[in-house]
Amino acid sequence: MAFITANWNPLGEAFYRKTDLYEMSWNLQDGLRDSLVAAAPYGGPIAFLREPHRCSPSSRPLLEIYSSSGVQITSFPWKSGPVVQLGWTVSDELLCVQKDGTVLIYDLFGSFKRHFSLGQEVVQTQVLEAKVFHSPYGTGVAIVTGSYRFTLATNIDDLKLRRLPEVPGLHGKPSSWVVLTQDRQTKVLLSNGPELYILDNTSCTAVCPPGVSPLSGSIVHMSVSFSYKYLALFTDTGHLWLGPSHLQDELIKVDTKKMTTPKQMVWCRRPQSQQPSVVLLWDRLLLVAGVCRDTVQFPIEEPCVLVGELDGVRIISSTNQELLQEVPLVCQEIFKIASMAPGALLLEAHREYEKCSQKADEYLREIKEQSMLGESVRQCVEAAAHEYDTNTQKSLLRAASFGKCFLTDYSPDQFVSTCRELRVLNAVREAGVGLPLTHTQFKQMTLQVLIDRLVYRRLYPLAIEICRYLKIPDYQGVSRVLKHWASCKVQQKDLSDEAIARAVCVKVGDSPGVSYSHIAAKAYECGRPELAIKLLDFEARSGEQVPLLLKMKRSQLALSKAVESGDTDLVYTVVSYLKSEMNRGDFFMTLRNQPVALSLYRQFCKLQEQETLKDLYNQDDDHQELANYYVTASYREKQRLESRLSLLQSAVDEYNKAKNEFAAKATEDEMRLLRFQRKLDDEKGAGLLGLSLQATMEALLALGLHKQAEQLYRDFRVPDKRYWWLKLKSLAEKEEWEELEKFSKSKKSPIGYLAFVEVCIKCNNKYEAKKYVSKVTPEQKVKAHLAVSDLEGAADAAIERRNESEMVVVLSRCPASDRLLIERLNRARATAAKK
Amino acid sequence: MAAHLSYGRVNLNILREAARKELREFLDKCAGSKAIVWDEYLTGPFGLIAQYSLLKEHEVEKMFTLKSGRLPSADVKNIIFFVRPRLELMDIIAENVFSEDKRHSSVDFHILFVPRRSMLCEQRLKEQGVLSSFINIDEYILDLIPYDGDLLSMEYESAFRECYLENDQTSLYHTAKGLMTLQALYGTIPQIYGKGECARHVANMMLRMKREFAGSQNQILPVFDTLLLLDRNVDLLTPLATQLTYEGLIDEIYGINNASEAFFDNLTVEQEFMTGVDTDKVNTYIEDSISQKDPLIKILRLVCMQSVCNNGLRQKVFDFYKREILQTYGYEHILTLNNLEKAGLLKPQISSRNNYPTIRKTLKLWMEDANEQNPNDISYVYSGYAPLSIRLTQVLARPGWRSIEEVLKMLPGPHFEERQQLPAGLHKKRQQGENRTTLVFFLGGVTYAEIAALRFLSQMEDSGMEYIIATTKLINGTTWIKSLMDRPESQAP
Repeated sequence: MAFITANWNPLGEAFYRKTDLYEMSWNLQDGLRDSLVAAAPYGGPIAFLREPHRCSPSSRPLLEIYSSSGVQITSFPWKSGPVVQLGWTVSDELLCVQKDGTVLIYDLFGSFKRHFSLGQEVVQTQVLEAKVFHSPYGTGVAIVTGSYRFTLATNIDDLKLRRLPEVPGLHGKPSSWVVLTQDRQTKVLLSNGPELYILDNTSCTAVCPPGVSPLSGSIVHMSVSFSYKYLALFTDTGHLWLGPSHLQDELIKVDTKKMTTPKQMVWCRRPQSQQPSVVLLWDRLLLVAGVCRDTVQFPIEEPCVLVGELDGVRIISSTNQELLQEVPLVCQEIFKIASMAPGALLLEAHREYEKCSQKADEYLREIKEQSMLGESVRQCVEAAAHEYDTNTQKSLLRAASFGKCFLTDYSPDQFVSTCRELRVLNAVREAGVGLPLTHTQFKQMTLQVLIDRLVYRRLYPLAIEICRYLKIPDYQGVSRVLKHWASCKVQQKDLSDEAIARAVCVKVGDSPGVSYSHIAAKAYECGRPELAIKLLDFEARSGEQVPLLLKMKRSQLALSKAVESGDTDLVYTVVSYLKSEMNRGDFFMTLRNQPVALSLYRQFCKLQEQETLKDLYNQDDDHQELANYYVTASYREKQRLESRLSLLQSAVDEYNKAKNEFAAKATEDEMRLLRFQRKLDDEKGAGLLGLSLQATMEALLALGLHKQAEQLYRDFRVPDKRYWWLKLKSLAEKEEWEELEKFSKSKKSPIGYLAFVEVCIKCNNKYEAKKYVSKVTPEQKVKAHLAVSDLEGAADAAIERRNESEMVVVLSRCPASDRLLIERLNRARATAAKK
Repeated sequence: MAAHLSYGRVNLNILREAARKELREFLDKCAGSKAIVWDEYLTGPFGLIAQYSLLKEHEVEKMFTLKSGRLPSADVKNIIFFVRPRLELMDIIAENVFSEDKRHSSVDFHILFVPRRSMLCEQRLKEQGVLSSFINIDEYILDLIPYDGDLLSMEYESAFRECYLENDQTSLYHTAKGLMTLQALYGTIPQIYGKGECARHVANMMLRMKREFAGSQNQILPVFDTLLLLDRNVDLLTPLATQLTYEGLIDEIYGINNASEAFFDNLTVEQEFMTGVDTDKVNTYIEDSISQKDPLIKILRLVCMQSVCNNGLRQKVFDFYKREILQTYGYEHILTLNNLEKAGLLKPQISSRNNYPTIRKTLKLWMEDANEQNPNDISYVYSGYAPLSIRLTQVLARPGWRSIEEVLKMLPGPHFEERQQLPAGLHKKRQQGENRTTLVFFLGGVTYAEIAALRFLSQMEDSGMEYIIATTKLINGTTWIKSLMDRPESQAP
């Protein structure tokens, strides 16, 4: 314990320490010499390409991929063109940027995924240098070409190449350059001798950071921090300039007294850094230069590589790996020699307590007197999270747990979650797994991403165990892992379809959120359609099966699955796909076997393709619907009577075939009416075309064309009642009273004579109305008399019929002054009531 | 906010709030000022979810109606189309987008599909070359809209027509989805009963959807004990009759100036039909009404009613009515008549057996002594006629459908019962005297009078049952018949 500060080096007010991460388990014969190396941040994998420029077919360079602890994941001979740069994407895929501008993407296990090109002109000019960078938009690639032009792609998953403007006066390789992400824009910062330029989409601007003297020499190296917020410049005079990357504030100058260009230069910061620094690497020296202008030097025994992290720098050599970082403040407070911080006292108290010494109590008292017990526990917990050594973690957590006992209302959340997280971190730091994550990095990358990383490594059991241990809902945890596992399983070439399907089904079961169609799609991608079909069978959501089935050209099955899902939009989708894929005959046949799909397609045709609709009905011998189709079509030909009639004739034929005699007859009638109307329109300009039969007769009567109206009445066998009503109203409206009287006498009225009375009254002719009162049937007499306001008559009729309710009606209409009539009615009522 | 939704036994405000939250989230996805272009059909349903103030709070500055041609100019950052997934609307949207592009404005386009995204529509937008112009293409799942404290409507007007005339079950898919959403918020409904083909289809889809989500168990204590799914075509009679409750009357008479005498004549005829008087002859009142050229819908309502009450019309009567209608109102109505036949509302008598009287007697559809002042039976809603749909609901609660097996067999479509397993611990422990809650879903529409009848049952002290009502659309005889009419005249392309 006492030696915990042994590896601390003061830098300004703060301390820097190197922590051993791994003895590398690899066995590199030539060390890290002559190799392209790419090590991913967040303890990611390491890729090597030995002698990348050698490309004779007889001795191909070897591409090797290792975990951070040096465990080989894969290796294969590089058969493609010369590689300029290697880099890792955020999802652990390896990017290999070739000289000709092609970028090849491999997964962690060395299987080729896809490739893309950085532009046609690069094939000619070649890539001079390339950089792979990460931003909120994903993983990007930037290159400078043989014609000294820059091209960049901000996100390789959504490839949009941008060729940046020319840099004036640049006639050779830039002395140094970096990619910057600022204000949601990706830019390139480059130096040409002592000059600095910023290149964005549209312009190239010369910049002169405040404080940097133009006399301090050519800028030969640059570095931006992990967050893109800070910039470091190194000049050939050995001066290092540090400051914010927006270049508005004055930069700080540190004189390194080294004239040679460093091999690597990396920012070393941490969140809430007290003393940020830049780490420079030469062949034999590692120099840490802080913003306080202090430096720390470490001798270097063998070639190594620096990997910038969120909270430090990893130093990888052929034998071991170390983490260089600023000691977190809370650890400084606890472990600094003679510290009186509450956490330090609590740690001491617990140490004494374990020795059964009463000093424990003294320390505790001291903390309590300052009311710092809560703070001391918090410090110990927090410090434990930052420590890499498990014994140190344990002693800090035990101290915290001890301190907690003396607190009554202390929330255990932080303590519990830190214990759990450390357990997970210690598990993934194991050399066998090789993810040297710090707690700070872990919090930044999130648990979700950690699980993804484990899954990319195919460390499925560990991933599942972590999900279960941290009680992540299945949906985001175990299921996600299983999904990846299954997608990987289906690619296993040495197993039969049968065996794989069974294995997948047993493991995955019906875990929520695991989509069998997703797994099946993977199987299909790997060229195993039979396996895909088998897996699709396990998919409970029939709708999900459809897209893949279509892709696999199992269109019949796709259609029935779509129908099964009940989702009509999906059915439509399959139908429109089938329509474009099949010939018409097959298409119709297929639909015929799926009535639901067929009726949906009919609906579609009704709105979009009338002609096809006809073909469909024809195919099904659906004469009734065909006839209806023709009827509908006839109304679209309103202006052309001949085509309208011929369509109606087709309708008649179809109605006959459908044995719908009524409709056939009605349609024939319609045609007859149309012809009749046309004739009269031509002869008399009557404007009848399109009117209903009733309206036609009405119009004819209004025009005084009684004979023609009569003809329609007979020809169309219009019921007497309706015709009488029509004629009665028409004559009354035209006030042809004589004509009306004649009509009333033409035969016995089928609608009675009360109608005559009422219609006349409606036309304000009481005189005419009275003529018909006498003809009204006895039952309607009272009503008729009342209609012509003949109260006496109404009373007589009611009394004669001895109908009490009628008498009441008459009474209700009698004015109070007509006392005689009222008395008479009342008497009659009394008599009627007696009976 | 929507206090009227939270008074009832089931707090439907939860559903409304969920819908509002989703709307807000979508609006916030489109940062900056916005204009909404509305599919006119949607403004009604949206009005029940959110007022203009909510939209305004989320920077909606302008609203337009979707129509072809150019969009009105609006100085906004986002233009959002709120549309139903219909192909013809996609063409209009494409036109709008093109004209806006010509203006070289830097506006962002978005589409919100209600109630669901459609691949078919997106395909159409792609063909029109505008799909990539849209930053966001989203769906707003608005299936069941809270209409009142005990009433949910999908506002899906064409549901009945689509199901029975066009064999298009889209509305049923949305119904099933809506019921799944409802269960996600109010717990799994342990018992499902149903009557009719559509009901069966919806229940099947629900059960399948539940299987598809096996594993993610719903941990909400069920609010509903029972779901009853009823096809409208099980009870075609009720919507045809004139509703005689307060709300029903307003619904029926609104906009129609009916002379009261004619209204009573009409009612008399309806009651004659419902009690089975002279349903096998040509009815003089209908005949006269045609002669007087009364509105066609009124005629169709009466003729259909006579047909339903007589289990089809005698061929002579049937042909007579049809010919009268065609001659008086025009031959184009042959398509409408054909539709009514297809829907079973109007048909020739095939067998001489008329089941209606048996059904009427067994279910006590006609009550002579209906007391309208202090009702003691649901028959007050139609002055004597007790709606068949509601009697089925009532009998299901007590004594159960087993007692009316014979009648159920006479009505169209299967009847069924399904149970949904609840996770352990979610079984309700019912308090003494605590009412059970049934959700009655009318597939194809429900009338105000039926709603009134169910509310009456909920209030009856000894019923022991509370009813929540859901439907595809609130209907009355007029709107319903109208939805089944075909007007080739207006279909000119």
